[in-house]
Amino acid sequence: MTSPHPAATRRLPFRPSVAVKVASGINWLSRLLGRGSGTVIGGRVGLAVDPMLLAVLAKDCDVALVSGTNGKTTTTWMLVAALSEGDSVGVATNTTGANMPAGHVAALIGTRPVGTVVLEVDEVYLGRLIEDTHPQVVVLLNLSRDQLDRISEVRMLVERWRSVLGRLDPVGHGGSRTVVVANADDPMVAWAASTAPEVRWVGAGQVWRDDAVGCPACGGRIVFEASGSWHCDHCEFGRPDRFAWLEGDVLALADGRRFPVVIGLPGQFNRANAAMVAVAAPELVGTHCQPPVSIATALERLSKLHEVAGRFSTVQRKGRDIRLLLAKNPAGWTAIFDLLDESGDATSPVVLSINARVADGFDTSWLWDVPFERLIGRTVVATGERCRDLAVRLRYAEVDHRVVPDVLEAVDMAIGNAGRLSVATTSTPVEFLGNYTAFAQLRSRL
Amino acid sequence: MSMATGARSPLTVVVIYPDLLGTYGDGGNGLVLARRAKWRGLDVSLVQAPSDRPVPRGDIYCIGGGEDGPQVRAASTLITDGTLTRSVEDGAVILGVCAGFQLLGREFPDAADRPHDGLGLLDVTTRKGTDLRAVGELVATLEPDAPRSSDGSGLPPLTGFENHGGVTTIGPGALPLARVITGVGNGGGDGTEGAWRGRVIGTYLHGPVLARNVALADLLLGWALGARGERLPLIWLEDEEENALRTERLAGAGTVKLPARLRHLPRPRR
Repeated sequence: MTSPHPAATRRLPFRPSVAVKVASGINWLSRLLGRGSGTVIGGRVGLAVDPMLLAVLAKDCDVALVSGTNGKTTTTWMLVAALSEGDSVGVATNTTGANMPAGHVAALIGTRPVGTVVLEVDEVYLGRLIEDTHPQVVVLLNLSRDQLDRISEVRMLVERWRSVLGRLDPVGHGGSRTVVVANADDPMVAWAASTAPEVRWVGAGQVWRDDAVGCPACGGRIVFEASGSWHCDHCEFGRPDRFAWLEGDVLALADGRRFPVVIGLPGQFNRANAAMVAVAAPELVGTHCQPPVSIATALERLSKLHEVAGRFSTVQRKGRDIRLLLAKNPAGWTAIFDLLDESGDATSPVVLSINARVADGFDTSWLWDVPFERLIGRTVVATGERCRDLAVRLRYAEVDHRVVPDVLEAVDMAIGNAGRLSVATTSTPVEFLGNYTAFAQLRSRL
Repeated sequence: MSMATGARSPLTVVVIYPDLLGTYGDGGNGLVLARRAKWRGLDVSLVQAPSDRPVPRGDIYCIGGGEDGPQVRAASTLITDGTLTRSVEDGAVILGVCAGFQLLGREFPDAADRPHDGLGLLDVTTRKGTDLRAVGELVATLEPDAPRSSDGSGLPPLTGFENHGGVTTIGPGALPLARVITGVGNGGGDGTEGAWRGRVIGTYLHGPVLARNVALADLLLGWALGARGERLPLIWLEDEEENALRTERLAGAGTVKLPARLRHLPRPRR
């Protein structure tokens, strides 16, 4: 940054300035009273005082939005890391995963004044965020079934994204344009993003295809080829020409350049997230990102990121390593099972924790779409507020398991069992897999 | 079909079009049936039947919930295929859930509220409801004349999770399956949930419904075996975990009511 940020010198008009003061005060009070970090409640009140607060706060900022069903939080952290030299000072973001407008307001208030903003956005709120923040970059990862009681159907969401992205201005806010970085391997994302005026298509891969069989364009059948490409058997819709794609751990560009993707986070799905970030980061070319970050620099910076809000981290308990993993829906759990196979110990005990609160979705039927059969042969402990649903699912998967409703007792049982198993040594880590609020519960109690 | 003499074919459970109607975890119904048959020592085959191939002959068909577009495609493909209708005439058992329930009926709406032909295997008609979806836990008690277990006892209350925008009315050719205690169900104002006739059952319950209500699973197995001239072996399954789940859900639905805004959720808001 060579010149002072306009937002730093610009005074807010009366109403948003009151909204910011009230929200900040509530956040301070909430922290003081020990009622959590208080980010969401402050943001909510701020928006009540001034519904246009988000737009006011984001004005003159260089904004990138990240949305999709899986990988939002991780990719947001990655993009912040890719844009940051050293620590992340200078980039505002909603690191707490509060990905609805109240959380966005809180992120912007908490770090004012800022120049560059990277926001994780709940799929349902993408349209509002685009309208309010005039982003330079929108990263669209993937779309599959998740929280069906709240979000309803994937195709309804796809159509709403499609109409919002179709309204994007090729030359947008402040003379800059909005570039959409979209996963070309996901037909749902491809259909939504194909209305946008400028798209960088990335072949990031898509393991979960069960929500994409019906063509979103014509209702025909999407045929996936062995190469990973896809097309509709009835209409013209097919995978768009890619700007870049992932070949194992190499990011290949259509212009012939190739970059190794050696990152600090495990799993193929994180290499996919890294590919999206490597293409997205150089597109932030506003006043605050000069010169723009190169693909090589972005990837280099990702090698230093080893955990995301505790996810993928390893903690110690009773002398044992416990790796903390989060998955929210069938596609996410399938990816995490791949990760266990790829980077884990085949004998390591697994603790599965399931809740069904608002943030998780109230319906646990999705457990039956998760291939728990892949855990056969491991020591498995079922826990969480909905451990009864999980237990029945595991029974019908014919996975031997114990049910321990208390999450810490469940982890301790896995630790104890690991020591007694002849194949597992005390160095075998325990893998903890939880859905959204179950993961947060364990972290708060460790 | 399966009553032919000679070597007995395995009891065949077919999950219809998981590629189109697999959105709500209802494929689990097929797994529950297959495992409960296997645990009783029966020779059973679980078949996933994708929509780009002919529907195979089976003893029990499970049809799950799905999105509006895929539901329309599934219905027209099933009508053209014809196997399902012929199988019912031969005594096959059908369980349709949500979209799968609606397409067993005479008519159901698409996303734009245009009516589409169903298979007509149940005398029910589905219209679009108001702009509210019925979302939440549901408990319903079986109607007095609803199907009973092979020992003559009535089935215990049904528990499940509903998530639908359709309102289904039952014609004279079908009977309501259950009466709603908590939740919405068919939504036509008569307080009913699901419908049945012969060996065809439709319901709005996810969960999946047979994992939450294993007595219903055993009823369907008994029907399918009866059609083959066989009987469900009297082998007691412990069902400890299933019962623990039922107890929790039945108690939870009565006491911990979801907030009204979540029980009746408008179409996704921004």
